[in-house]
Amino acid sequence: MHGMRSILPAGPNQYFIIIHVKYPKERLDTMAIPDEEFLLKTTSACAGCPSSLILRYVTKAAGTDTVLVIPACCTSVIQGVYPTTAMNLPVYNVAFASAAAVASGMSEAFRAEGKKTNVICYAGDGGTIDIGIQALSGALERGTDFLYICYDNEAYSNTGMQRSGATPLGAMTTTTPGGKKDHKKDLDAIVAAHNPVYQATACAAYPQDLYNKVEKALTIPGPKFMHVLAPCPPGWRFPSEKTVEMGKLAVKAGLWVLYERENGKLTITGASKAAMKKRIPVEDYLSVQGRFRKITAEQTAEIKKTVEENIARLQREVDGIC
Amino acid sequence: MLTFGTGNKAVAMAVRDAKPVVVAAYPITPQTEIVEELANYVTDGSLDARYIPVESEHSSMAACIGAAATGVRTFTATSSHGLVYMCEMLHMSAGARLPIVMANANRSIGPGWNIGAEHTDSISMRDTGWLQVYVSSVQEAYDVTLMAFRIAEHTDVLLPVMINLDGFLLTHITQTFETVEPDDFIPPIATPHAIDINNPGGYGTLTPGDTHFKFRRDIERGMQASIPVIEETEADFARRFGREYHLYDEYRMEDADVVIIAMGTFGKEMEVAVDILREEGIRAGAIRMRWFRPFITPDLDGKDVVVIDRDYSFGFGGVVANELQAKCGCKPFSVIAGLGGQEVTYDDIAEFVRIQRPGTEHWFGVDD
Repeated sequence: MHGMRSILPAGPNQYFIIIHVKYPKERLDTMAIPDEEFLLKTTSACAGCPSSLILRYVTKAAGTDTVLVIPACCTSVIQGVYPTTAMNLPVYNVAFASAAAVASGMSEAFRAEGKKTNVICYAGDGGTIDIGIQALSGALERGTDFLYICYDNEAYSNTGMQRSGATPLGAMTTTTPGGKKDHKKDLDAIVAAHNPVYQATACAAYPQDLYNKVEKALTIPGPKFMHVLAPCPPGWRFPSEKTVEMGKLAVKAGLWVLYERENGKLTITGASKAAMKKRIPVEDYLSVQGRFRKITAEQTAEIKKTVEENIARLQREVDGIC
Repeated sequence: MLTFGTGNKAVAMAVRDAKPVVVAAYPITPQTEIVEELANYVTDGSLDARYIPVESEHSSMAACIGAAATGVRTFTATSSHGLVYMCEMLHMSAGARLPIVMANANRSIGPGWNIGAEHTDSISMRDTGWLQVYVSSVQEAYDVTLMAFRIAEHTDVLLPVMINLDGFLLTHITQTFETVEPDDFIPPIATPHAIDINNPGGYGTLTPGDTHFKFRRDIERGMQASIPVIEETEADFARRFGREYHLYDEYRMEDADVVIIAMGTFGKEMEVAVDILREEGIRAGAIRMRWFRPFITPDLDGKDVVVIDRDYSFGFGGVVANELQAKCGCKPFSVIAGLGGQEVTYDDIAEFVRIQRPGTEHWFGVDD
């Protein structure tokens, strides 16, 4: 009735496959990630897709009382084609620029009705850093009770890898065929200026860290924000089995720092604790991705400088001297 | 209760009486008084609603969409640049079949900056799937706002409704009007496709062409189904509260040879013009178009038709005149008047009839 509503495939839930991941036995004790799946198999994601990997752990942490608000992005496609869906949660697909504002309305309506339903925006970097930043800023400022997650694959990947404000210096995209001449926009500093109740970074390569942060964020009322690095095989031009490896390289090189900021207190988390002290060369990360094929020595030096400045800035904040 | 106030205040009071759960608000002249009044009602407790002070009109409609998706009653107001800025979300809200109600204070669009009355803002939103009604008095602004919720939320319709009132000419003039106790005149909202956590589904997912095509036709079915719903709502309103409304307003049409047609505040001026013309022996009548979408076609057979458009479609013509011509086969004298709040008196309107040449276009007050 009245269209636009996709449902789970009919029949004996043949697409409803519980994915049992085999972890080493000693790690199982520390893993609290439930078996229940909300992103079902047979999605239309690319091989090695980090966005669906992140979404899988986000939804596991969020649980059943959750609505996802999704602007135009890869996940618009990943969830499947009407009349079926790969999501076992209500998903509201909205216009590119509007996710955070839709979430404001939805959250207020749920709270007015006495419901605690999680409202989670799940948006790409273009929909967050570029076209959606006004709505995001507004929703953060007016204290909307929601969690906004930006999965950052550093380009407009859904439309075929065009430059976004999140594309790093020197990276080739279809609209920067000679390599990007500008730096990546500092989204986290912009968000921090809004002083949200909870802010964190995460990476597709570290699901436990991601899971813990989503789980914690959703216990706090008010505006929450997470920025998750999503290494994209076709966009970044690396083999599809190397998604996790690429994420780990970004963290180990200090290009991506895992942290959370709660009540104004910054905590470095997971693998970034070691990377704050000792890092692998930035070249180890850049050289294994085809998108940096045309990067210049000057640009590489610029990136190194930015990494060191960012690490120093975060360390000063941790030490309480910022 | 008899009271007095501006068109803006009447809309705000009707919204208060319709008890929405979520109001999204962003200021723009000449609508601002509506969202200010609603803020007062929420603050003093006379309206128990969540008031979302958004950062743009695009976001005010987005917030209404998010709230309406959960199945609650929503309202916002806008005008002019605000309306065209939220254009994308007008398509999204109608396409998602969400019964949002919005007031639009009709105002011209720049450049240059001009805040006078003009219908080009709402007329240019005609293909979004929104119902559009144009009112001509403060009382009508109040009454139609109440009716809009019932019409939009009717399960045969499930389309958003835009109440249009002329900027300043109606938003800022004060008249006496009577408020009512709506009670069950507006039934509780029951959106059949509201988000249900216990029955998860995808909304607005990737949709193949043949299915998309079907959804488009469903919108048109809702639009056509709205006509009997509007009539039934207006009839019930008259029964309960004693004020009669029809799909369009007629004045001295019984034996009219020439009919003046317009929307909005031209309505009352046209009636005076008709009286003046009748005294001169010209058998004139007037029809005030109230619903622009769905487009209601009056019977104009055998009559000369003078249409006053407070709008213009460049490269085409006055929109109401040309849509009437397309639907009725009449050859109207198309007058373009009142753009940007240009003053148009009943004497001017009477003169349009005296100088009419069927099938031609006349820009009032423009010397070429």
